[in-house]
Amino acid sequence: MTNSIEEILNTDAMFVIGSNTTENHPIIGATMKRAKKRGAKLIVADPRRIELAEYADVFLQIKPGTNIALLNGMMHVIIEKGLQDKEYIEKNTENYEELVKVVKEYTPERVAKICGVKAEDIIKAATIYGEAEKAGIYYTMGVTQHTTGTSGVMSISNLALLCGNIGKESAGVNPLRGQNNVQGACDMGGLPSDYPGYQKVFNEEAAQKFEEAWKVKLSRKPGLTVSEMLHEAEEGNIKFMYIMGENPMVSDPDINHVKKALSNLDFLVVQDIFFTETCELADVVLPAASFAEKDGTFTNTERRIQRVRKAIEPVGESKADWKILADLMNLLGYKARYLNPSDIMDEIARLTPSYGGIDYKRLENRMGIQWPCPNKEHPGTKYLHQNSIARGKGLFMPAEHMDSAELPDKDYPFVLTTGRILYHYHTRTMTGRVEGLNKKAANNYVEINEVTAEKLGIKDGDMVRLISRRGEVEVAARITDIIGEGVLFMPFHFAEGAANYLTNTALDPIAKIPELKVAAVKLEKIS
Amino acid sequence: MKYVSLTIDGKKVTVPEDYNIIQAAKEIGIDIPALCYDPNLEVVGACRLCIVEIEGSRKLETSCSTKVREGMVVRTETERVVKARKDILQLLLDSHPNDCLTCQKAGECLLQEYAYRYDVKFREHNGAKRPKLVDTSSPYILKDDSKCILCGKCVRSCNQIEERQVLAFGDRGYNTRIVLDLDKNFESSKCVSCNRCVTVCPVGALVDKRLMGKTRAWDADVKTVNCKVCSYGCEFELLSKKGKNIAVRAKAASNGRPLCLKGRLTTELMHLDNPDKPYRKIGNKFVESSWSKAIAIADIIEKIEKLEGRE
Amino acid sequence: MVQLTINGIKYEVEKNKTILEACRDLGIDIPTLCHDDRLEAFGACRMCLVEVESSKNLVVSCSTKVRDGMVIYTDSPKVINARRDVLDLLLSNHPMECLTCEKSGNCKLQNYAYEYGLVDGSYKGEKRNRSIDDSNPFYYYDPNKCIICGLCVRVCNELQGTNAIGFADRGFDSIVATPFYQGLEKSKCVSCGNCVSVCPVGALTPKSRTKFRYWETKKVRTTCSYCGVGCQMDLLVKDNEVVGVEPAFDGFNKGLLCVKGKFGYKFINHPDRLKKPLIKKNGEFVEASWDEAYRLIVSKIKETKEKYGPEAFGGLTSARCTNEENYLFQKLFRAVIGTNNIDHCARL
Repeated sequence: MTNSIEEILNTDAMFVIGSNTTENHPIIGATMKRAKKRGAKLIVADPRRIELAEYADVFLQIKPGTNIALLNGMMHVIIEKGLQDKEYIEKNTENYEELVKVVKEYTPERVAKICGVKAEDIIKAATIYGEAEKAGIYYTMGVTQHTTGTSGVMSISNLALLCGNIGKESAGVNPLRGQNNVQGACDMGGLPSDYPGYQKVFNEEAAQKFEEAWKVKLSRKPGLTVSEMLHEAEEGNIKFMYIMGENPMVSDPDINHVKKALSNLDFLVVQDIFFTETCELADVVLPAASFAEKDGTFTNTERRIQRVRKAIEPVGESKADWKILADLMNLLGYKARYLNPSDIMDEIARLTPSYGGIDYKRLENRMGIQWPCPNKEHPGTKYLHQNSIARGKGLFMPAEHMDSAELPDKDYPFVLTTGRILYHYHTRTMTGRVEGLNKKAANNYVEINEVTAEKLGIKDGDMVRLISRRGEVEVAARITDIIGEGVLFMPFHFAEGAANYLTNTALDPIAKIPELKVAAVKLEKIS
Repeated sequence: MKYVSLTIDGKKVTVPEDYNIIQAAKEIGIDIPALCYDPNLEVVGACRLCIVEIEGSRKLETSCSTKVREGMVVRTETERVVKARKDILQLLLDSHPNDCLTCQKAGECLLQEYAYRYDVKFREHNGAKRPKLVDTSSPYILKDDSKCILCGKCVRSCNQIEERQVLAFGDRGYNTRIVLDLDKNFESSKCVSCNRCVTVCPVGALVDKRLMGKTRAWDADVKTVNCKVCSYGCEFELLSKKGKNIAVRAKAASNGRPLCLKGRLTTELMHLDNPDKPYRKIGNKFVESSWSKAIAIADIIEKIEKLEGRE
Repeated sequence: MVQLTINGIKYEVEKNKTILEACRDLGIDIPTLCHDDRLEAFGACRMCLVEVESSKNLVVSCSTKVRDGMVIYTDSPKVINARRDVLDLLLSNHPMECLTCEKSGNCKLQNYAYEYGLVDGSYKGEKRNRSIDDSNPFYYYDPNKCIICGLCVRVCNELQGTNAIGFADRGFDSIVATPFYQGLEKSKCVSCGNCVSVCPVGALTPKSRTKFRYWETKKVRTTCSYCGVGCQMDLLVKDNEVVGVEPAFDGFNKGLLCVKGKFGYKFINHPDRLKKPLIKKNGEFVEASWDEAYRLIVSKIKETKEKYGPEAFGGLTSARCTNEENYLFQKLFRAVIGTNNIDHCARL
């Protein structure tokens, strides 16, 4: 997030797109509802009539895969009505003319057709966003998990720049990160081409800095992404994989493919707190300690680095992940001398400019610290780009609407979209073991529009079969009016009848994110 | 020392042959409930809460008084045991006042702990209740007979010190109660306010009066300090709240340690910013006193002043 | 700023503050049952009454603003008596179950009864007698213990925005309930437990797998391990087990959690947890020592690197693990194995 969670309370308008916030980021969802009560306007765009839609001034029930068209349409209206922040654009941005040219073609009428919403609602949404003094955009994987995910994010940034909403309190571009430390995993270089702090492995200066600190030669060649690794494993080029605290056998698209790839390895190490679906394929499984059994830090969605504290001893013979990793480094002949995670953070701070001022002593202040925090005196950063856009000037990167990789057709007439629900988390490794949560959400299901269901003679609770070009699953039908005709929704949490047997591995060419939000499927009632 | 092996709740344990079952169980982390048992006191087997099932024995045995035997198989939480414990606790509660709301002992009370553990509650009944006889004569100890469960620990602890031996059982049957010097109160008896009895009382029948109203057991931070008055070095607990030391109390009269009032008052004086007024027993009366007199250093101070004054 | 006198001492405090806020800023304790900094003042419990010179009646300090020259007494005999009356009335309609009540040790009514020396309620008469709602899988609602402070209702409505509960009936019968008494499970309740976290008494209590008393637990401040919001919370620990979670009021989440954060902790001590390394031998997993597992992994790494080079390795680090662990993972791959093939499921 460019901005902070607490700033939401003082915003004038919120635009929530591709995020079921009250279910997946409940505390942020509750904050949005409070902001609404205090007078902020709310725009919601989602294929499902989610809880926030009930509170919205405008709800745009768009077809999956049409975000860019909608965003361009809104920008079209804003420019048409002269609601853009001309002074901001002049002072802080580049490439505005190109944007004007691209969005010119996206009239509300045309966009209405692409997205399946009313033109007047697009105008209303654009007007609310454009007229607001401080407007924040909040999005999650409904925007990113498309073959056009990167363009979708850029379109959001275009909209924010257009109205001068970057570098301002209670505004901004705010991706809500899904997992507890997905922000931190990225910050720490858990990415194929990035050292900690997004320093590029192919940048000579950065590579030399890490070579000096780590006292080894380092490869300048960017590594492979998850999807590429799995592909190379299937091809027989990746021989050894080490998976720490992940469960690709449920979380990744096209599970049949994942299984083939992982089975084809010479050796697989899986390190986790439970015996997951992925463990089945391992050669060695290492028992890890849970978050309650170790010290460390997580970085939240608003870049806030906060302490994790050891409350109990590791269960059984399990060990904290950092201890296991340090043990292995030492056994492989590389000296890793860390007495505790605080030592590791000191090393991180030395090598990562945005974490430069972080240490455990400072983190004892119970509010944590938001990066960038370049030195020990720096208080942390509540919202980004306050004085200047990060790269100098904000660059408009206009994008055209493009169809999803797989569109419904005669054989596979429905669009399947996937997502998350309140009572479960990721692959249910943890929530699946909490009795009450299982009671609240026991089984997998597919949401089917009531009209569609009636046409096919499907009743609530009936077992149905969903078939895509990659696989098929059997799940219970949940008949509802919150989803449009022709669209189906499945939560991706459940291993049994997993939605990811059906999903498409087609990737966004830049971010390499799979198109989990759109797959063409057919639907059959099981008699 | 010979060792024997036995099985308790399916777990094997090897202990010295003179151990009782309750001690053996403790070795492997099994906590058998007991109200009258204390490892530092003579075993009496009075409360019967520590009963267990022993394979080969038809009746339930008290684990505090049954020695371990080679090959013994013991079960501590069978349905039968639990039922018997519930019955015992229910009877105790039936003649116990329902005032955990404000009872000074709440949070440290064994009767409360076991009632919670076995889910036994107070019930309405028209039968007899122990009369509310409260001895308020001492500024140091409050004795409330209505809360007494007659475990006798106070009597046994008091009797361990030869020159004390103040507490005893008096009366009989349902009227049995703990008395001081036949039938006196704290003030008129020869009690020296050492608080040994308070440290062993499992319920709210004997409480440290200087703690009352100051804190609930769960609210205070507790630190153990050693008394510096004599070479015994008895342990006291220093209670603090929000960083302020608010009270001192005797910890445990174990390992032959006597505990005494002088030690307690000296420890209070050393650690508390605002100790309550000290009292001395003169004849058969508690009288408010100065600190130097209460801890019997008036003469010493006088002497020091004299010596140093002369220099 | 305004000048005022509290309990005989002169102070200068910010204007626009209530007497309660001013006193708390000054470290003067005023008891409250229905007050919450995050909510509008409610003035229902009347525990926070104070005496103000020039005012005939006692005033409610939570909703009375400070004025210049005010002379306030927070613990005069009149105030103490009024508070004792409040507690007396509440206790008269409260079950005497501290012996086994789950809230004991963490109950404001119990604490104030002790502080103000009330042993029981003196108004003998009818007590509320309603049935316990245990339909929600995570918490109980015992209306008989409710003191109608309204914190749960206001948190549900004002902060959580769910509006699952409200006040029903009037007078002596007044009670917190779901619409039409349909019960929690059938209501709009999303089980966030934010009502449970604010209940000052034993009316709303979490269902715990392990029995514990509050005084047997210690609290450890940590960060929630579910979504990326990173709420701050305290783990309640008894022996070596996490038995409950309480939200942090001094974190940015200000006392709020969701159902997963508040109640989803039971995986931690779950019997299914992996407790020993496992090595697959002839298609079957067998338990192994750390030594054996480490030796196998190290020899396989060396063998693979020798035969195929560092690009034959791939590592998935974890968005579930700490920063320090992610740092070490990529360091292991980059510095020790020699490849940049590291990724994680940020995109999933």
